[in-house]
Amino acid sequence: MNEKEAMREPDTSTRRQFLGLAGGAAALGAVPVLTLRPAEATPAMLATAIRNVTGAAVVKIGKVRLDIPPLVENGNTVPMTVSVTSPMTPDDYVKSIHVFNEKNPQPNIGNFYLGPRAGRGQISTRIRLADSQKIVAVAQLSDGSFWQTSVDVVVTLAACTDEVI
Amino acid sequence: MKSIPAIIGAALLVTAGIVAPLLAAEIAQSARRSGYSFMTPDTQAIQNDDTANPGMLSVLDGASLWKDKAGALSKACADCHNDARVSMRGIAARYPAFDQALGRPVNLEQRINLCRVRHQQATPFAYESHELLALTAFVAEQSRGVAIETGADPQLEPFIAKGRDLFMHRQGQLNLGCTNCHDDNWDKHLAGSAITQGQPTGYPLYRLEWQSLGSLERRLRSCMAGVRAQPYDYGAPELVELELYLMSRARGMPVETPAVRP
Amino acid sequence: MASALINVPAKAKRGEIIEIKTLMSHIMETGYRRTATGDLIPRNIITSFTCRYNGAEIFRADLFPAIAANPFITFFTIATESGKFDFDWIGDNGFTESASAFITVE
Repeated sequence: MNEKEAMREPDTSTRRQFLGLAGGAAALGAVPVLTLRPAEATPAMLATAIRNVTGAAVVKIGKVRLDIPPLVENGNTVPMTVSVTSPMTPDDYVKSIHVFNEKNPQPNIGNFYLGPRAGRGQISTRIRLADSQKIVAVAQLSDGSFWQTSVDVVVTLAACTDEVI
Repeated sequence: MKSIPAIIGAALLVTAGIVAPLLAAEIAQSARRSGYSFMTPDTQAIQNDDTANPGMLSVLDGASLWKDKAGALSKACADCHNDARVSMRGIAARYPAFDQALGRPVNLEQRINLCRVRHQQATPFAYESHELLALTAFVAEQSRGVAIETGADPQLEPFIAKGRDLFMHRQGQLNLGCTNCHDDNWDKHLAGSAITQGQPTGYPLYRLEWQSLGSLERRLRSCMAGVRAQPYDYGAPELVELELYLMSRARGMPVETPAVRP
Repeated sequence: MASALINVPAKAKRGEIIEIKTLMSHIMETGYRRTATGDLIPRNIITSFTCRYNGAEIFRADLFPAIAANPFITFFTIATESGKFDFDWIGDNGFTESASAFITVE
């Protein structure tokens, strides 16, 4: 994704309105940070990002479990756990877990590299979600196979969005 | 004075239908609920685990600052107050408290700065600075689990009354008083967010919306901006009186600092 | 200033699967936010996290702006021997932080 695509504002009238309001703020000495929504990733970008990891391999549905609240409390910090069904023996283990999203500015969320010493094919972290969207988790096993699952998450804005101090 | 920032979703407040008359009844002791109880289990889990709670990072920083020599007198908090676990236990549970020299209440942040100026001859920390938040979080955390008892001092009475008036009066372009949501409509929702009782049991707290630790004053200023009122400046007597009222309104509830809130 | 909070059991039995939790202080500025005057706030994130157990890498993560501020990462490993866990965080603008924790394995 090049710089221009990242900066593209889909709704120019909204942008003008925000800058107009912000201009007054700036004149009075306050320079708050506005969390305007930048360009979104598209389903095509999501597919490309997944393909960057899986290549031409067929990705099977299953084995992967994505625990994420269906309705998030706050899109800035969303707890997420990905667990993969695997015996986790030296011959049969999870090599890596890759998480993607559909509508953030970028399709990648994180890549996690495990291995035969992991004991359990599970990781947890906290992520940011810009909008209600689909999250996809792909796991690569030691035999080279890819497995995936996806979850739809609803994200709402806080009732009164907060500005920086 | 800072200008009023643009508020996205102000229309949502209007459609929430909060037009009830001032019912101004204080919440009974048995019905008092911490903001914790309004959160989803996932967010509660972040507060429950000290190694998952980002607020604890600030508490650790505060523990380190507690021992730092500061000011012209090159003294650390520890030099007078020794082990904070002993000397600071229960302190946050009775703040804001009356300061004899100033003749008015001060909150914990102001008390820390007064100590810096009076006893360390050091410059006060800026409001919402990393250092002030860390020290306040560290001191307040020593009272975790202690029941709030703010406002017992009779000298505080007139200031609690002022704070109560501030809590009750309608303000801002949306013409709402704190009481309209936090006394009359808690447990309902405002555009997808739960309306709590507004009990300040866990400040300074890690707010997911901020993605950082922040003070009660920061939260109050956000609320005021939310009803499109001009927020008071940090450290303003009105904010301290409001904090004093809110803490006395929360009497009996345990301190939770550093809390996590959405 | 404290940068990291690590949760590793102090003791474990040989072969036991243990959970390691890490929390690092970092703003994780996405690079997509703008100031009111329209200027882009440059990206400033942690890009990589590694854990070594007595020198051998047992876990690694690539982080992107979608990881929330103050990155919290938990993972598992098999307790094989007593020793040291080394944690390393690397990020934009030359950011580099380390932490370590010890374990006794019976």
